[in-house]
Amino acid sequence: MSGIYIHIPFCKTKCSYCDFYSAVSAQYISALVDTIGRELKLRENYLPDKKIGTIYFGGGTPSLLEKKYFEQIFDTIYGLYQVDENAEITFEANPDDLTPAYLEGLRSLPFNRVSIGIQSFDDADLQRLNRRHTGAEALQAVKNAQQAGFDNISIDLIYGLPYQALQAWEKQLDTALGMGVQHISAYGLTYEEGTPIWKRRESREIQTVDDDTMTDMYRLLLDKTGKAGFKQYEISNFALQGCRSRHNSSYWKQIPYIGLGPSAHSFDGTSRQWNVNSIKEYISEISENRIPAEREELSLSEQYNDFVMVSLRTTDGLNVCELEARFGADFKRFCLQNIKTFIEAEKADYSDNVIRLNTDGFLVSDMIIAELMKV
Amino acid sequence: MKNIRNFCIIAHIDHGKSTLADRLLEYTKTLAEKDIQAQVLDNMDLERERGITIKSHAIQMNYNLHGEEYTLNLIDTPGHVDFSYEVSRSIAACEGALLIIDATQGIQAQTISNLYMAIEHDLEIIPVMNKMDMDNAMPEEVEDQIIDLLGCKPADIIRASGKTGMGVEEILHAIVERIPAPKGDPDAPLQCLIFDSVFNPFRGIIAYFKIVNGTMCKGDLVKFIATGKEYDADELGILKLDMVPKQCLSAGNVGYIISGIKTSKEVKVGDTITHVKRPATEAIDGFEEVKPMVFAGVYPIDTEDFEDLRAAIEKLQLNDASLTFEPESSVALGFGFRCGFLGMLHMEIVQERLDREFDMNVITTVPNVSYKVYTKKDELLEVHNPSGLPDIMAIDRIEEPYIRASIITKTDYIGQIMTLCLGKRGELIKQEYISGNRMELIFDMPLGEIVFDFYDKLKSISKGYASFDYHMNGYRPSKLIKLDILLNAEPVDALSSLIHVDNAVSLGRRMCEKLKELIPRQQFDIAIQAAIGAKIIARETIKAVRKDVTAKCYGGDISRKRKLLEKQKKGKKRMKQIGSVEVPQKAFLAVLKLD
Repeated sequence: MSGIYIHIPFCKTKCSYCDFYSAVSAQYISALVDTIGRELKLRENYLPDKKIGTIYFGGGTPSLLEKKYFEQIFDTIYGLYQVDENAEITFEANPDDLTPAYLEGLRSLPFNRVSIGIQSFDDADLQRLNRRHTGAEALQAVKNAQQAGFDNISIDLIYGLPYQALQAWEKQLDTALGMGVQHISAYGLTYEEGTPIWKRRESREIQTVDDDTMTDMYRLLLDKTGKAGFKQYEISNFALQGCRSRHNSSYWKQIPYIGLGPSAHSFDGTSRQWNVNSIKEYISEISENRIPAEREELSLSEQYNDFVMVSLRTTDGLNVCELEARFGADFKRFCLQNIKTFIEAEKADYSDNVIRLNTDGFLVSDMIIAELMKV
Repeated sequence: MKNIRNFCIIAHIDHGKSTLADRLLEYTKTLAEKDIQAQVLDNMDLERERGITIKSHAIQMNYNLHGEEYTLNLIDTPGHVDFSYEVSRSIAACEGALLIIDATQGIQAQTISNLYMAIEHDLEIIPVMNKMDMDNAMPEEVEDQIIDLLGCKPADIIRASGKTGMGVEEILHAIVERIPAPKGDPDAPLQCLIFDSVFNPFRGIIAYFKIVNGTMCKGDLVKFIATGKEYDADELGILKLDMVPKQCLSAGNVGYIISGIKTSKEVKVGDTITHVKRPATEAIDGFEEVKPMVFAGVYPIDTEDFEDLRAAIEKLQLNDASLTFEPESSVALGFGFRCGFLGMLHMEIVQERLDREFDMNVITTVPNVSYKVYTKKDELLEVHNPSGLPDIMAIDRIEEPYIRASIITKTDYIGQIMTLCLGKRGELIKQEYISGNRMELIFDMPLGEIVFDFYDKLKSISKGYASFDYHMNGYRPSKLIKLDILLNAEPVDALSSLIHVDNAVSLGRRMCEKLKELIPRQQFDIAIQAAIGAKIIARETIKAVRKDVTAKCYGGDISRKRKLLEKQKKGKKRMKQIGSVEVPQKAFLAVLKLD
């Protein structure tokens, strides 16, 4: 079974840390939704089969879409594909969009999971991030979603925010864990080049959190979520039993997915491609029946590098038998040879044919993954 | 012969020599405008990028003045101190020189030393003030400088602009009218001065020469006096944009000879060509064996590439006779070569050409000059490498090469430049005003101090304005010791250097600091130590990486992130594994860029 990702590239305001593609003007929403429908049809045969296990509306801000637009897209999807009856169907939402009325409307659609971009419950943090909600609204949004009947709710948090102390992060975690959500994604703040917050860091306008504190925050995250019954399953992802994000997991299991909308990425098992970063160009090209995408065919080494990268980021780890079956004995030997020093340094474990990074390993996972790559 | 004019151009880097030369070629229709690929005389990419002519070339122009047809041979000269011997041979082949001074910058050290060389060879000097089209030109001030220097009249100075073509005709007139025709006897025994050679993959070595006396014809049996080798003159001719074969060439003219020579070592700049049958009784004065002055280890990053590196260096040597090499090995770096260079620029050029023309990624170690080590048994050893130093107990004394350096600068920077040169064990010989606020300083300095971050410092102190030139000035006894660098307690032989005892502690400390900057953090702590013998004189620690993790890795992030990490891995592959520590290439040259 494959996945479908739909990128809704609109935001009312731009968050200061975000480098995803989105436009603030909402004038093209209707045209864009039409075009996504057209792209779905144009690329009907992209995926290896018609069975769909997950659908994910990401952004941007999908919760800016009125119900009718979701209906329109679902109609096209269900017309083209066989969506599994247990499919996981998620939309990302901004807390201030999640009014009871809006949620009530969406409940009648196939959605069964909502991912709420809370980031922080602290109003000063939220202001610095240029988020449009408050901490109180975030709490209310989760309550509203629960009351509307959503029983698979995920929230996003960011730690290591400017000026944030370890105790402040602890408070955030306590709040988050007390809300009765099923899933938490918690990201260390990344200063992406060119973003407003990156510029503020460059000009030393903000006080950043040092690596040691970031490390402590990460350990605290693992400790607190663990005690609250959450299981870590990826570097930044934690879920109650049975509540892992299946859609995101499919990225890490290298399951094919089709990405629709401007800047959306697709993967068919051996090649990756991504649509153009422009709403206008996307709409005009698709109207001419052309897919405005760049594509890369992955060489065997690149497929191996992909595999190493995504599997080592998960707690399921890298299965060496699978590695050998897909890439051959040479790659297996190469991988085991290179992981050795990290096993000796107690950053990785190797047992039952699976390489797993431990917490110390996750903290330096980029270094380890790079070391295992074939270039 | 009375209608031949042989001249060269003396100019500082960036003073517009090449552009002005292009204008001359254009004006004489030696090259059509469509052929102009900016600066024809510099035909290696590297030369064009650096804006200097590394190896000299020659080109012939025809020019008609008052109904007479003249042959003008422009002999180009390399523009850097490392190549001063080659410059002297080019100058020796000329009767006149254009002295090109940038009207926005004035006279520089290198210009002066080349000018003196030209005056020594009795060349007629035609001063040209270039870049007159620039807003910041200071013609009056620069004119005063030129008059002070040459004792000429203001009217003798031609105002020109290579950019607009201003003054080009006047320059051509001056070349014909002021520069004397070459002297020489076409019927005398043959004497040709070799001033340059190039390697051509199809024709072998092509030697460029000026006929001082006699006549040479195609098919003649000739002899190169210094090497004693004999050849048939398979082809000879003159140099236009391409080579133009001729049956014979006579005294006064400039040309090329192809005689089946395969390696550049057989053609020595400054050598004399004569006939075998009717040889000249003596060679032309001034020939010297060029000896490399700076030595460094050149190692392949990947030890498997050793043979490829050898092949690449051999090829480079085909058209660069001043490059020497012999195999050596290092505990840290494996097998490589000890290469000899004329100077630091030459070394950089070789390294870049290996990279660009042969795709050879190399590590160049800390350069050394050539030391004379006298043992207690009174043997003389030439030491080019710290590891070649005999046991301290066996050494009677060590002598190191000295240079006489000329620095020209604005007076504003004198204090700092003095401090720099004295800190480099320089001894002030002379200081004098050239004009207004410009001074020339003459220092005697150890060459070994110049190879350590001297140019860069001089440049930054003087905001790029001080100019520098030197020539070799004998050997002097010196107190030298070997400074070792240890990474995680393992000595790294490729980072050892021979250094004056007074500078050892400070250099050791700065090397440790610099290495700390250059070696990336790794998964464990790294200790960097500097030691003299068993005594540690400095230490730094590189802390292990504690956090290196990507927060998000979803559908859209995977490609980008993978490429980023692949790049990181590629970067690591370019590093050298020393014990457990990965050391980037640039760290091996760390001492050259100490702050």
